[in-house]
Amino acid sequence: MAELEGDVNRALMLDGNSVAGLLGGVFGAEVTGCRCQCAHCGRADAVGTLLAFTRAPGVVLRCSGCEQVMMRLVEGADALYLEMRGVAFLRLERR
Amino acid sequence: MERLDWQLATVNAIRPENPTAKTFTLGLPRWRPHRAGQHYDLRLVAPDGYQAQRSYSVASPPEKVGEIDLTVERLEDGEVSSYLHGTVVVGDRLEVRGPIGGYFVWQPEMGGPLLLVAGGSGVVPLMAMLRQRRAAGSKVPATLLYSSQSPERVIYRDELEALGRGTDGVSVVQTFTRTTPPGWKGHTRRIDRAMLDEVLRPLGPGLLAYVCGPTLLVEAAANALVLLGVPPDRIRTERFGPTGQ
Repeated sequence: MAELEGDVNRALMLDGNSVAGLLGGVFGAEVTGCRCQCAHCGRADAVGTLLAFTRAPGVVLRCSGCEQVMMRLVEGADALYLEMRGVAFLRLERR
Repeated sequence: MERLDWQLATVNAIRPENPTAKTFTLGLPRWRPHRAGQHYDLRLVAPDGYQAQRSYSVASPPEKVGEIDLTVERLEDGEVSSYLHGTVVVGDRLEVRGPIGGYFVWQPEMGGPLLLVAGGSGVVPLMAMLRQRRAAGSKVPATLLYSSQSPERVIYRDELEALGRGTDGVSVVQTFTRTTPPGWKGHTRRIDRAMLDEVLRPLGPGLLAYVCGPTLLVEAAANALVLLGVPPDRIRTERFGPTGQ
């Protein structure tokens, strides 16, 4: 918490729900209700609970427990970059 | 999930909710039933290709077939909300995709009791839950705790008053943080642990809590609910604010 306290970004912070459409396009499925585990602290929770920073050239999703970066997405004209080093797993349900 | 493609919605009606919020009723050529709490993405494309995209929660219940209501609060520097408020008229077309989201959702079969905690325009997805509860004939007890800066900023005022007066198992508790209605005897502070304790007691054990509003309100309320003994997995949160991708 301390790291981001008082940060202007914190007041504008959203959560995984706000990028559900973007993530749905990437994974081809709704994922905000799916569990994912933070590779840093081991916390497992729904993607919708991740802290989302969207006022940037891309989207940064952080763990709601330890606040380390879990995912980064950057959309360009021809491609989308997805970096998920901070995610230990993402559980995609078969329906 | 079916692929979510953009579609051109037609603005069928526009209704002012208060001086800064309007509800846009959109007719969708490829309407699908949503779950209360879900949102639609809306995008504006300028002739030069510049795009602006925002997410807006659905206010109507899925029982309203073929149309969705999106309630949009005008933000001072909001390029999309200013356009919707100042320029869009009935008959215009808007590009949307949805319904979106699978976490901050409630369906009647999930039961309750329901504790809904709203700050500002965070009341919109919670209103969809209350409307669906009624449309589906659900009997789960529900309490809405709603924080507004002033009486003028309250959204769905008449409907909330009617809901709170009814005998249907819904209670509405409001708090005003800056100015209060004349003769107001209710809460006049931000949502805190004591207020949450008071509203959740009558609901009994096993409640489901949904908290939606600005990030500081969401964190304060969710943390207080945990301290009051609500299991974290029974608390769902959605942070509202100016979005943009």
